[in-house]
Amino acid sequence: MLWEAIRLAARSIIRNKLRSFLTILGIVIGVAAVIAMVTVGQGSSRQVAASVESLGSDMLVLRPGRRGFGPPSGTRPRALSLRDAEALAALPVVAQLAPLVSTAQTVVVGNANASTQITGSTADWLGVANWTLASGRNFTPAEDRAGQSLCLLGQTVRQSLFGTGDPLGQTLRIKAVTCQVVGLLAPKGAGSFGQDQDDLVVMPIRLLQRRLAGDSDVSSIQISLAAGVSVEDGTAEITALMRERRRITINKDDDFSISDMKEVASMLGSINAVLSGLLSSVAAVSLLVGGIGIMNIMLVSVTERTREIGIRLAVGASARQVLTQFLVESVVLSLLGGLMGIVLGLAMAWGGSRFMAIPFAPDPLIVALAFCFSAVVGVVFGFFPARRAARLDPIDALRHQ
Amino acid sequence: MAPLIQLRDVARRYGSGEAEVRALDGVSLTITRGEFVAIMGPSGSGKSTAMNIIGCLDRPTSGQYLFDGTPVENLTPDARALLRRHYLGFVFQGFNLLPRTSALENVELPLIYQGLPRAQRVASARAALAKVGLEGRESAQPSQLSGGQQQRVAIARALASAPQVLLADEPTGNLDSQRSHEIMALLQQLNRDEGLTIVMVTHEADIAAHARRLVVFTDGKILSDAPSMPEIA
Repeated sequence: MLWEAIRLAARSIIRNKLRSFLTILGIVIGVAAVIAMVTVGQGSSRQVAASVESLGSDMLVLRPGRRGFGPPSGTRPRALSLRDAEALAALPVVAQLAPLVSTAQTVVVGNANASTQITGSTADWLGVANWTLASGRNFTPAEDRAGQSLCLLGQTVRQSLFGTGDPLGQTLRIKAVTCQVVGLLAPKGAGSFGQDQDDLVVMPIRLLQRRLAGDSDVSSIQISLAAGVSVEDGTAEITALMRERRRITINKDDDFSISDMKEVASMLGSINAVLSGLLSSVAAVSLLVGGIGIMNIMLVSVTERTREIGIRLAVGASARQVLTQFLVESVVLSLLGGLMGIVLGLAMAWGGSRFMAIPFAPDPLIVALAFCFSAVVGVVFGFFPARRAARLDPIDALRHQ
Repeated sequence: MAPLIQLRDVARRYGSGEAEVRALDGVSLTITRGEFVAIMGPSGSGKSTAMNIIGCLDRPTSGQYLFDGTPVENLTPDARALLRRHYLGFVFQGFNLLPRTSALENVELPLIYQGLPRAQRVASARAALAKVGLEGRESAQPSQLSGGQQQRVAIARALASAPQVLLADEPTGNLDSQRSHEIMALLQQLNRDEGLTIVMVTHEADIAAHARRLVVFTDGKILSDAPSMPEIA
């Protein structure tokens, strides 16, 4: 009987191809939207996880100023210095660190120029920030201390200044500073927020401080902890040292902050979750609308086929069999819509992932869930029209024109 | 053996109080196996109501209806559906075939609800179509068939489930006289050769004359009940 009902449903759907398609369009769009949102959302959280990984998971960042995004406390926080970095490097919990200063500048080579981020740091930066060299060499601690005019190029800057040519040994001009390219960084790709991580030039921090910034401030210090040291212990040791160095009395708050990458990762993750949750609930509303579309058409169909229902009742169909027939029809319709939506949604997610350069991460669980959900939509929104069909009086139904 | 159909003082009223309409008003009628009964009467005489009650499409307001000795007037809608499915066959004035559905599939319809496997259904439906002279038209859709042929398909559909009684409501109402007589000849043949019990509602005397017994209704009551007189036809 069920098989007969499915056959019958398939036939009536095929008979009214255009109408059936328009009926399920709502479901198709709803399911496609949910699948696309969730798939792209998961792809981007995977991307975030990967980029946090590339920063190094046991890394801390020390910055001047209080933590949080609140309004500035009025006075400009005391800057960090290279002496802070040296003192911290002596702590046993610290494996390696890199003080950072950065400034946006225009870099000129011959008649080509590029606006980019100039990062000043020490020779340890490469290891701490998890970069590798594609060619050339890093600058040495001695060259760094001497503030020699050397620099490392990111791939994007190299591309805009030298094209595919070899930049090693070439000279760049940044404001009044000329420096020689000694190394080319390996590409890292887009970061957590989609920014281009390869758009940078790295030079010895003392060179940047003296010749470009004009002061000896350090804007942040990236610290990678020694193996086996927990983030909590590391943070506590660094905080104690910094409070001492900055002479902060017991009852005063820190005027610096330490953040770890796990924190950054979880913040990015929760932004991601909120966004994809919001988008998915919008998509879920469109599924609901799709369900109402199915109910509408099924009601029309029941009215149109009143005489057919009368005939079926006369030849001995029970109310339950009529109910089953119409319910199966709406479930088959909505499952068809679900299937089409899954295919469309995955295609959209695939296109979107390629466009945004994030991994394509289809989740079989979500696909199965969307399929089941479309079946539920069919049952819920098909029940009322089907019950109306089943409750028809055979005499009235047969008389219906 | 109990008579196949026995109505005892059956009444069917619609509405209530001042607006009450007595479609049937104390009808007693007994039909035994193998009879061919024509029910006649002017419109509003209650003949269609009687037919609906006999066909278990409607229930009497009062009185008793015994089908093959079993009281059925108080059955639930599903039990009545079961009774229709296994014991009753219907033929209507407007044929009532499913459109855009082949003759064979139309005839199969009651067998689907009987739960017969497909192969058996097709065989029974083919046999029923052959019995009404429509061999070779199995795949034709109603729109490709003449009125007479459509009514034959409807008769085949009623026969397919091997019913105890065939109920025909104005079976020739939509046909010209030539086709009408062909259909009546078919019903007579089924009654004579297969012993099929037939109850037929009509308002045409010459059609009623094909039956062997004539019951005339007026104002919800039976006016006369006598063997029909073929010489009138």
